[in-house]
Amino acid sequence: MNQQLKEMTGKVAKGLMTRREFVGRAAALGVTAAVANSMLTGSAKADGHGTPVRGGLLNIGSTGEQSTNTQDPALTASEVPLNNLYAWGETLTDLDHEGGLKPRLAESWEASTDAKTWTFKIRKGVPFSNGKDMTPDDVVKTLQRHSNEASQSGALGIVKGIADMKVDGDYVVLDLDEPNADLPYLMQDYHLIIQPGGGMEDPGAAIGTGPYTLEIDEPGVRHAFKRRDDYWDSENRGWADEIVQLVLNDATARTAALQSGQVHAINRVDPKVAALLDRAPNLEVRNSSGPGHYVFIMHIDTAPFDNNELRLALKYAINREEMVDKILRGYGSIGNDMPINSSYPLFDDSIPQRKHSIEKAKEHYAASGHDGSPIILRVSDGAFPGAVDAASLFLETAKAAGIPLEIKREPNDGYWSEVWNVQPFCASYWGGRPVQDQMYSTAYLSTADWNDTRWKRPEFDAMLKAAKAELDDAKRKEIYSKMGMMVRDEGGLILPMFNDFINGVSNDLGGWVDDPYGEMMSNQAAIECWLKSA
Amino acid sequence: MLAEKRVGASEQMHPILKLIAQRLALGIMLLFAASILIFAGTTMLPGDVAQQILGQSATPQALANLRAELGLNEPALTRYFSWLGGFLQGDLGTALTNGRDIAESLGGRLKNTLFLAFWAAIISVPLAIFLGLLAVRYKDRWPDKLISAITLTTISIPEFMIGYVLIYWVSIQWGMFSSVAIINDGMSLGQKLNAIAIPVMVLTLVVLAHMMRMTRAAILNVMQSAYIETAELKGMGMLKIIRKHAFPNAIAPIVNVVMLNLAYLVVGVVVVEVVFAYPGMGQYLVDHVSKRDVPVVQACGLIFAAVYIGLNLIADIVSILANPRLRHPK
Repeated sequence: MNQQLKEMTGKVAKGLMTRREFVGRAAALGVTAAVANSMLTGSAKADGHGTPVRGGLLNIGSTGEQSTNTQDPALTASEVPLNNLYAWGETLTDLDHEGGLKPRLAESWEASTDAKTWTFKIRKGVPFSNGKDMTPDDVVKTLQRHSNEASQSGALGIVKGIADMKVDGDYVVLDLDEPNADLPYLMQDYHLIIQPGGGMEDPGAAIGTGPYTLEIDEPGVRHAFKRRDDYWDSENRGWADEIVQLVLNDATARTAALQSGQVHAINRVDPKVAALLDRAPNLEVRNSSGPGHYVFIMHIDTAPFDNNELRLALKYAINREEMVDKILRGYGSIGNDMPINSSYPLFDDSIPQRKHSIEKAKEHYAASGHDGSPIILRVSDGAFPGAVDAASLFLETAKAAGIPLEIKREPNDGYWSEVWNVQPFCASYWGGRPVQDQMYSTAYLSTADWNDTRWKRPEFDAMLKAAKAELDDAKRKEIYSKMGMMVRDEGGLILPMFNDFINGVSNDLGGWVDDPYGEMMSNQAAIECWLKSA
Repeated sequence: MLAEKRVGASEQMHPILKLIAQRLALGIMLLFAASILIFAGTTMLPGDVAQQILGQSATPQALANLRAELGLNEPALTRYFSWLGGFLQGDLGTALTNGRDIAESLGGRLKNTLFLAFWAAIISVPLAIFLGLLAVRYKDRWPDKLISAITLTTISIPEFMIGYVLIYWVSIQWGMFSSVAIINDGMSLGQKLNAIAIPVMVLTLVVLAHMMRMTRAAILNVMQSAYIETAELKGMGMLKIIRKHAFPNAIAPIVNVVMLNLAYLVVGVVVVEVVFAYPGMGQYLVDHVSKRDVPVVQACGLIFAAVYIGLNLIADIVSILANPRLRHPK
């Protein structure tokens, strides 16, 4: 049966079989739809072929914006503003949809041998939507704005390590405080959209080098864009004449809009209805595994979680398969108590998978000598969709191991300020980062602001630094593997599952590729897809 | 003689004008009380704006910077009076979260909310009263029971459920109306009405029962009176009795319940707005509450309070005017 399935996934990849046929035949072989779907993630679901068609009005419906949002890239943190950013703006570098890095506003780049000085060659003849050409000076000003101490930029952590930035003819030269082999990866961070004059005057003006101009901007309602005639890369993207993004924060409103043909693509399909929606005519549900993960986090400096035996007991007590099945409905993969999975470059897949074991949980619990007082886990559905249900499943399996877990429900409102990173044991969500260094630097470095497990190990910090400076990939991979093992065996992270990105896509949409790095093809669906009927 | 009469007439009108003036003054006082409550309530919300704006991406440095920039370090009392002063001059300030002019963005949202409420009211109020009259006419017979059963069913189902059911059938299966009710100024009236058709249906179904039942009860109450019996004995038709004698005397309670429902159509439809992604005030308010954007929340709160108080004021005045004893006091 395995051989048959393998052949079939190959056929899908080559475009000889549609996904729906695959799921149907897999079902005939006794494979559930959810499992069949997950078999397809990662394997290239080729649908992106065909000749792009120019023209038409492309509508997308997305969740992830409130009427409080702006167009300022520094403050962007959710899906709708992200889709907007990529319609009007561009970064120096860009991820292709397989995790490789490709040039965008930077034509090429190179590092000094110690990885401390990076030189980016800036593309010439790229006009901003205000008519002026982009210059290396604009690049430097943009980086300066985000590294300004008074800045509220989410990219502050990325750019504050740049000691000196200067223009050198067509080049921008960045001198770093410390070596960083990943710097070009960091330059594709969505906050670092290049703006004229660095966007210092009007950061929310939505003037950039992207394929579209923003015509209507109603935060929390809709955003309309028009294609630019003077876009520099129009051979490769920006197919539709117009893009309209409708903000549909309600999951049912989104699926209804897709079903009734009012939008061509939606993000974040509810896993509970994904399999049903996929049966509807004229559309497909497309999922891709990503680096995002649902977690339960413990502060390892706070009793009783300062006891590694207790942490291990909890890690063994959780049933990962059950969570992927029941919470994600198969649209995801099991975690291994480290924040890294195969969607990261340099991931070591030989690290053993931790399995659910009541016996081991009992053993470690006994070894911890915990006094039997209740262990309080704080959750809210705002932490991640289904967090309360996931906690209940955890509660049951922990009870079986004799661990006195107790659930305290917290309001969604204020969860991220009052509970997360404050309380010693709670549910949380991480969106993941493009490279391991960035993930670990954000949440596992001793000095990181969001070190939400209070993981403070000098030897870990040293390894992170060493890996950062290492330009030899084999050696880096080895260091990252050791770091992953450390977090897995001693950290405060219980990671039951990595969630898939689930999008709904109309059959009229051409050019869709499954991208494991973000929703809606890493927020570039609207500019890279085209309307077959246009 | 004529002059005397005029004086007499104005003296006669006086009590009612006085009553209305009293109600108005009371309404304004209530509004001030509401503004204090709203302010106190918003300052008691847990968490702060800077934290909510930056969300998970908040570093202590970014937080401190944003807080200083937004003036959150000033005392609450100072902020209250400067806001109230601005409000009275029509200046609602700018939103803390996205720096937009509140009056401008709120104005658009308020217009949308009133647009939806208007069309829902235009359909539901006459329909409810008509059904109420019909129910009285056929009291305890099948039309009465059918009307009651249907309206009570629709009021008992949560409105988002009605919304989803209608979306599924009307929009997806029959392809008749849009499932997304996002409207904008570029649309023609016809396009706008097409967009809001399903939400109007939902709202109508939700408010129908309350008004219909009150109409039915109020008229039945009047129907027990001796003068109705007299009319019946005169040989007057049932519908004519209801129209000429019962309904005018039942107006006060009906107007009250109609106004309550109108107020609901303006201030209470956030769930419907979410289901249909309608850009009204409810969604706008909820967004800003969750982001702790205090000036916007206060402005919305005050407008909602004003709508509520205003509509109740109208109900009061209409009941006074509908009552001949109040209209023509001795």
